[in-house]
Amino acid sequence: MTDTTPVTAAEDVHDLRPPRNQWWDVWDQFKSHKGAMAGMFVFISILLFVFAGPWVWQVDPGLIDIRSRNQGSSWAHPMGTDQLGRDLLARMMYGGRISVAVGLTAMLLGLVLGTLIGVLAGYFKLMDGPLMRVTDLFLALPLLPLLLILVTLFRDPLEGAFGQAAGVFALIVVAIAVTSWMQTARIVRGDVLALKEREFVLAARSIGTPARRISTRHILPNVMSPIMVSATLGIASAIITESALSFLGLGFPPDFPTWGRILYDGRDWIEQYPARVVWPGVLISLTVLSVNYIGDGLRDALDPRIRGR
Amino acid sequence: MTAQAAGLRCMFTYTLRRLAFAVPTVLVISLIVFLMLDMAPGDPTGSLPLTIPLEVREQIRAALGLGDPVLVRYFKWLHMMVIIEPSHMLANATGWNVAVEGPRILSWQTRSPVGDIIVQRIPQTLWVVGLGYLFGILIAVPIGVISAYKQYSWFDQTGTFVSMVGFSVPTFFTGVVFILIFSVWLGWFPSMYDTTHRVRDWDSFLFQVRQIAMPVAVLALFNASQISRFMRASMLDNLNQDYVRTARAKGMAEKTVLLVHVLRNSMIPVVTVIAIGIPTVFTGAIITEQIFRVNGLGDALIRAIYVSDWPMVQTITFIFAILIVLFNLIADVLYGILDPRIRYD
Repeated sequence: MTDTTPVTAAEDVHDLRPPRNQWWDVWDQFKSHKGAMAGMFVFISILLFVFAGPWVWQVDPGLIDIRSRNQGSSWAHPMGTDQLGRDLLARMMYGGRISVAVGLTAMLLGLVLGTLIGVLAGYFKLMDGPLMRVTDLFLALPLLPLLLILVTLFRDPLEGAFGQAAGVFALIVVAIAVTSWMQTARIVRGDVLALKEREFVLAARSIGTPARRISTRHILPNVMSPIMVSATLGIASAIITESALSFLGLGFPPDFPTWGRILYDGRDWIEQYPARVVWPGVLISLTVLSVNYIGDGLRDALDPRIRGR
Repeated sequence: MTAQAAGLRCMFTYTLRRLAFAVPTVLVISLIVFLMLDMAPGDPTGSLPLTIPLEVREQIRAALGLGDPVLVRYFKWLHMMVIIEPSHMLANATGWNVAVEGPRILSWQTRSPVGDIIVQRIPQTLWVVGLGYLFGILIAVPIGVISAYKQYSWFDQTGTFVSMVGFSVPTFFTGVVFILIFSVWLGWFPSMYDTTHRVRDWDSFLFQVRQIAMPVAVLALFNASQISRFMRASMLDNLNQDYVRTARAKGMAEKTVLLVHVLRNSMIPVVTVIAIGIPTVFTGAIITEQIFRVNGLGDALIRAIYVSDWPMVQTITFIFAILIVLFNLIADVLYGILDPRIRYD
């Protein structure tokens, strides 16, 4: 019993400190989600493999060594080599760079687009109708066929304008972003509609804050949670879409080995050398799985109803 | 007026309202699809021999209707798309004499009407996609129900993990792994779909089952993992409701409470999700058809894209768009029927 007094005193001192940032609470909750922590560990490992790996494993992924083609795992080539004798490990690292970069940029672009449209539709009554009709229209489009058409139609002009790598990269990123912003826009709009009626927005307006400042300073920080959740889902679906395009032979050209492209190329050799489809497939699946688990954990952590418990 | 009649009338106006929105959506989408491919490079006369004189080439272009203004061409195309082609498809399928006379949309690669090719391709897609979806639902519903009822049990833990994996692993990888395991290593199933195969007797039927097993299994796994997540979440929402406690307090058997009260209410959102998911499954099957070389609609689309056969691409994309709008409409109306609260918005 005598121990209790110092503890409460310590707690009082603790309470006098500046209030904890809410993101620390979110992090605490996130830490307790085992799947999300495992997902984060795997995702960071994949990022390291892809971005720091080439510094350790300094083999040129495009180096053709026809004498050592079609090899299995060895110390010289841990994942073996392909039909032209190119080192598969190096190709997986470089391919992963492109796949992850496409996933991240397409997600960011789609997120910005979705948030912009969601905030505009939610905050300005005049734009709500037209913007939501456009969103509904995009939701009714057959996305995969349209993506395929977009890529075939604009590949050559863009390659001519920006060079092969940059042109295809820009095209695929923009095409994925343009076909994936709708869910974010809908969620953000719904949240903004509810937030707009709250007292703090009224207070901001009553002291003459311009609409632009209200939406960036007061509304946007409060819709961060759904945006972050849809960001993680966005990375996953962008990576899958990019690999699906490459798998259909309509993504990156063969000189740029993305995971989907390596899988597509390895499919013809599946009976003799199954490792060539298994490695890229496993990496794509692991990335998507880990990102989805992070998304699950984030959703729980950002939900104040769950966080309290 | 009785309450039932009022409800019916309300349902009717609700359906009409939804329909009034669906038609313009289809029109706008058709315009987008048409314009996108209309601007495409590639010309049906481009592959003709260079020895053809310029004026003859112009006549061929005029005969193909390439000289008209864009809007005229759009309406001509729309007329062919929504009236002439469907009437021929219907006539082919049923043998009725309903085919409307008029110019038809010709595929640039085969020079035959696209409608005929599509009618040939639809059965394969319907079988593979339909069975994949059906099995997916049949697997997903019981798993979702048990997972939710025994939340956090080992069954639930395994179920959620497996569905997370099934939902994260892209179908082009599952398909390839299936080929690797079941046709390369075990040799149980053929890795390629033989579309010329006809079912005549028991043996040929067994062969059909074996060759359709893998594409169906890939699609079923993917669909099941998505639907079971919805089913579980929906069951969990309902299990804590007051009416469940009331039913239990009345002394009803647990089986009745679960399977009659909770399941029926939980199915409402799941049924709409299933309806909305059908067109997505069609477009998603493009990839599965490529893996197993099933010559369905998706395969026709991919091949048409490879060779820039724009009329074919336009038609198939438009069919997919119509499917999406149609099933969204069906889902809305279903929701209205199943949950009367929705109609009064």
